[in-house]
Amino acid sequence: MPSLGGDAAQPCVRARGLGHVFGDGTAALEDIDLDIEQGSFVALLGPSGCGKSTLLRLISGLEMVSRGTLSVDCAKGALREGARSGIGFVFQDAHLLPWRTVLENVALPLELRGVARDDARTRALRCIADVELGDAEGRFPDELSGGMRMRVSIARALVTEPSLLLMDEPFAALDDLTRQRLDERLRDLWKRHRTTVLFVTHSLSEAAFLAERAIVMSRRPGRIVLDRAVELPFERAGAIRTDVAFARQTEVLYQALERHGSLDGF
Amino acid sequence: MARSTASSQLLPPLATFVVVVTAWEISVRVLDVPRFLVPPPSAVLAALGADLAMLAGSTLTTARGALFGFFLSASIGTGAGLALSLSKTLERGLYPYALFLQTVPIVAIAPLLVLWFGPGLRAVAVSAFIVSVFPVIANTLSGLRGVDPRLKDLFRLYGAGRLATLFKLDLPFALPSIATGLRVASGLAVIGAIVGEFVAGFAEGSAGLGITVLAAYRQLRTDLLFAAVILASLLGLTLFAAVNLVSGAVLRRFRTPT
Repeated sequence: MPSLGGDAAQPCVRARGLGHVFGDGTAALEDIDLDIEQGSFVALLGPSGCGKSTLLRLISGLEMVSRGTLSVDCAKGALREGARSGIGFVFQDAHLLPWRTVLENVALPLELRGVARDDARTRALRCIADVELGDAEGRFPDELSGGMRMRVSIARALVTEPSLLLMDEPFAALDDLTRQRLDERLRDLWKRHRTTVLFVTHSLSEAAFLAERAIVMSRRPGRIVLDRAVELPFERAGAIRTDVAFARQTEVLYQALERHGSLDGF
Repeated sequence: MARSTASSQLLPPLATFVVVVTAWEISVRVLDVPRFLVPPPSAVLAALGADLAMLAGSTLTTARGALFGFFLSASIGTGAGLALSLSKTLERGLYPYALFLQTVPIVAIAPLLVLWFGPGLRAVAVSAFIVSVFPVIANTLSGLRGVDPRLKDLFRLYGAGRLATLFKLDLPFALPSIATGLRVASGLAVIGAIVGEFVAGFAEGSAGLGITVLAAYRQLRTDLLFAAVILASLLGLTLFAAVNLVSGAVLRRFRTPT
C-alpha cells in the first residue's frame, strides 16, 4: 500500500463487527471490519442494496450503530466548530436549495454552524474556486448543468474543511464524459487537500481511477469480500483509462464481484 | 413553457363570453322564457345598474366576512399544519378532527355559529373559516412532510437547530404547497361567507350578497338574483387572483415553479 500521509497509527474510521438491521428485520450489513487511514481515498463497490449507503450513514452518524463498534476520529487537531464538523457528505444528486445562489448554497453549512458572515463568504468563495465555478457564484441551481450542480454540492461538502468526505455515488446520474471529467477534478482536489475520502460507486473504472484502495461488498447483507490497493501510479491522467494496467485493476474488481454473485444486483 | 401574449390569453375566454351571452339573450327572447325563470342578460345588466349602490354594499359586506375568514384560515391553517408536522402522534391524534371541518355540513351548524358568535360579521367569518381552513392545513402538512430527506440529513449533519431547519429548509420547501392550499381556500372562503349569510347575515347594516340572493328569490327578482350571483363569483375570482398574485411573487423569489 502506498504511503498516504497523515497519522498512520490512528485510523480515521475503525469498524469492528459492524452490522445493521433495518426496522423491518432485514439485515443490511454484517460483520464489517474496516480501517480507513487518514488521507486515503477508498472506493466502495457493491451491488444495489448491499448496504454501502447504510455504511456511509453509520459513519456520518445519521444512523445509530446497534451492532459492533465504530469509531470515527478523523480530525487533525482540535475541531473548529461542533462535534461533527469533521464530516462532509455528498449524495447521489446535488440536493441544493433552489432559492439560494451558488455562493449561498456553499456557505450554508458554515451559516448553520454560526460562522460569521464575512468569514463564511470568503471560505465559500475559495471552495467555489476549487471546483472551478468561480464565475457562477451568483447563479441559481436551475441555471446550472447537472455537472455544475454536482460541483456546487462538492464545494458545499468541502467548505467546512472536513477531515472525512463521504460520497454516495455522486456522479451516477451524470453522463459518462461529465463523470470522467469530474472524476479527474476530484482526484486533483484530493491530491491537493488529502482529505480522507470514502467513495461509493457502481463503476469499476471510476473506482480504479479515483481510489488508492478498493473495497468490494457482497449482496445483502453486505460483507467485505475484497479489500485491496489499487496498483496504479499516484499521478493519473485521464488517458490512463485506456492503459493495460488500468484494465487489469478493473478486471480484479470485476472478478471479485462475479465470484460472490454480486453482479446480479447491478 | 411558451410565454403567451396577453391578447392570446384573453381573447379565447372573451370570445366564449360574447358567444354565450349573445346566445342566451337571443334564445330567451325567441323562446319567450318567463323572466322570473331565466332573465335575459340585458335584464340582469339593468338590475345591476338600477341597484348598483345596494349591490356594491352587499359585495363589500360579503367581502369583509370572506376576507376575515380567509385570514383566519391562512393563519390558523398554516399554524395547525406546522404543529401537526412536528409530531406523528399529534398528527394521528388531531388530523381526523381537522378532517371533520371539511365534512361538517356548514348549513346545518350555521345556526350554532349565530348562537355562539351572534349574527353578523363574526358568525359569517367563522363560517368562511370553517369551510376554507382544511385545504390550508392539509396542504401545509403535505408540503412540510415532502421536504427532501437528504437535505434534512444535511441539516442534521451540520447541527442545524429546529428553528433554523424550519425557516431555512422546511417552510421555503413547503411554500408551493402552502400556496396551493391558500388558493383553494380563497375561493372557498367566499362560498363559506355566503352560506353563512343565509343563516347569520341579517343583523348587518348593509346586507351581504347571501341575504340579497335570498331576498331576490323571495320576490322572484331573478334578474337581481343573477346579478348578485355574478358579483359573488367576481368576488371569489378577485380574492383568488389576489392570492395568486402574492403567492406567485413569493414563489418566484424562492425560485419554485408556480
